[in-house]
Amino acid sequence: MNLAPPAPGTPVIEVDGLTAGYGDRILFRDVSFRVLAGEVFVILGGSGCGKSTLLKLLIGLLRPHSGSIRVLGHDIVSGDEKGMRAVRSRIGVLFQAGGLLNSMTVGENVALPLAEHTHLSPAAIGELVRMKLALVDLSHAPGLLPSEISGGMKKRAGLARALALDPHLLFLDEPSAGLDPVTSIELDLLIRSLNEGTGSTMVLVTHELDSIFRIAHRVIFLDRETRGIIAEGDPRELRDRSADPRVSDFLNRRAPSRNG
Amino acid sequence: MFRHDPQEKEYGISSEGSAGEGSVVRLSGRLTLRSLEPFGHESSALLDALGPSSVTLDLSGMSSIDSAGALALLRLKAMAGERGIPLAISGDGGQAGRLLALVGERTGRASEPPQLAEASGFFEELGEKTVSLLREVGDELTFQGELLKATARSCLAPRAVRWADVLFYMRRAGVDGFPIVSLISFLLGLIITFMSSLQLRQFGANLYVADLVAISIVRELGPIMTAILVAGRSGSAFAAEIGTMQVNEEVDALVTMGFDPMTFLSVPKLLAMLAVTPILTVFADLHGILGGLVVGVAGLDLTARAYLAETHAALTAPAILASLVKAEVFAVLIATVGCQRGFRVRGGADAVGAAATSAVVTSIFLIIIADSAFALVQQYLGI
Repeated sequence: MNLAPPAPGTPVIEVDGLTAGYGDRILFRDVSFRVLAGEVFVILGGSGCGKSTLLKLLIGLLRPHSGSIRVLGHDIVSGDEKGMRAVRSRIGVLFQAGGLLNSMTVGENVALPLAEHTHLSPAAIGELVRMKLALVDLSHAPGLLPSEISGGMKKRAGLARALALDPHLLFLDEPSAGLDPVTSIELDLLIRSLNEGTGSTMVLVTHELDSIFRIAHRVIFLDRETRGIIAEGDPRELRDRSADPRVSDFLNRRAPSRNG
Repeated sequence: MFRHDPQEKEYGISSEGSAGEGSVVRLSGRLTLRSLEPFGHESSALLDALGPSSVTLDLSGMSSIDSAGALALLRLKAMAGERGIPLAISGDGGQAGRLLALVGERTGRASEPPQLAEASGFFEELGEKTVSLLREVGDELTFQGELLKATARSCLAPRAVRWADVLFYMRRAGVDGFPIVSLISFLLGLIITFMSSLQLRQFGANLYVADLVAISIVRELGPIMTAILVAGRSGSAFAAEIGTMQVNEEVDALVTMGFDPMTFLSVPKLLAMLAVTPILTVFADLHGILGGLVVGVAGLDLTARAYLAETHAALTAPAILASLVKAEVFAVLIATVGCQRGFRVRGGADAVGAAATSAVVTSIFLIIIADSAFALVQQYLGI
């Protein structure tokens, strides 16, 4: 498998004709979109429209009813487990509550993917862990257990773990939800600078508007009623020019406009 | 795939200049996690070989680096610094330079992790352990008192009790536990009869096997085996259930909604245990005696009628009553220890597991202690 980072502008995620949901409850019908290398891509939508479900589909935790999903060139719906493993070593995921293993310290959590997917010496792993924790401002915390740190710190520790292997593709589920505004801005700036610095592609699920305008290059807007994408593009342009009231209301923080 | 051929090199390194002069080191290709260690060796060897007065690191030929690559470059810079060689970086306008700046800035301002406290000495540890043990005993007694008080209050106002929960736990602990309690007691009766008959047969006292089984099962083994099984099945389940609720902030939610978690969660469990443990004990006694009967009739040439008559003669009403009182005391111990361990959970999933284990171990320990106390009391009272 090619280990070089995907060239900027080439598609890293290709979703075609995706239909998915839980049992009879269909959340998306025939959805298609592309995520391009190097961009910060945000999945938007009101509560319950299936944003987090879409993220789980993209990282292979859920299987769709039909349609195809290609991540870093590998078909994750019908592809083999070996290819899936290769994809997993090149993606990082930040879960909503951090997803840290509670029985391990923060440092051990971050070292986990490094020990699993590389042949580095323990000393080199230790050094990398310290660097990753410094990146997310947690240098003081490697020996603490997840139960001993705050929600925001858990999220940052989860981000450090997601970054452990310098993934080409990073998925972030509500990275700034539940954080104070200052921490949230810092996290956004970190995501931005990691995106610019490493050139890795970021896929975010969030509904923090400030955050979206600060970091997103492109958004898709999911809708619960139509079970599909109702808008796609630059968030600032959508805010100013979208003709769809559902989109412009959301992006301009307005109560839904009712016609008649 | 990440596991790679170590021979395959993704970066290039070349140098100009000689010893004592300023040299230029040019990097090309990619510098990533895979090259962290080879690059470290190669660059330090190069620095030794060149012995320059100053170094300019030219990054303009690099296609990309990742954060591990940035770390390798910072390491090189620190290494040059240690040898007193000034190192300047040029050609860092691209992605490599941006990442290098980010990693450099963050690792630069990182504070050192706090030092761990020194290991304490033997006496200090002994003292701490003793204090924590005493505190634990105190907590357990306080909890037991509070739970009994809440239960008494609930009995005075039965409408406040969640009877649906009581029935649910009665089914869980009682009905679902019935098969295993019966089977174990039956086998126990079988074994005791078989073992003791080997001895009693020598004196021609086969018939007294019935007395032996009846007394040992009803007075000791029935209540204690039932209690141990119930502690293993239900005590651990109570601890795990309340512990998980504690971790998920469900207990906090109950408190903020104005419920007393003790009344809401523990009282139904205690009432259910008080109801089913004596019943299970009676069934355990019956199955133990049945086990003895099977061996007596099949192996010792006794008639069923003679065996049962002997059993009947051996058992007294106070002995049976004492066995039921014991069962009630064990029920209180199991329910209180299980609930208390659950409420004590702090942290995450591992704490829930530890609470369940501790609930079983502690309740079995307390059951044995209580049983010894009962044995003494019964001895003096002549029951």
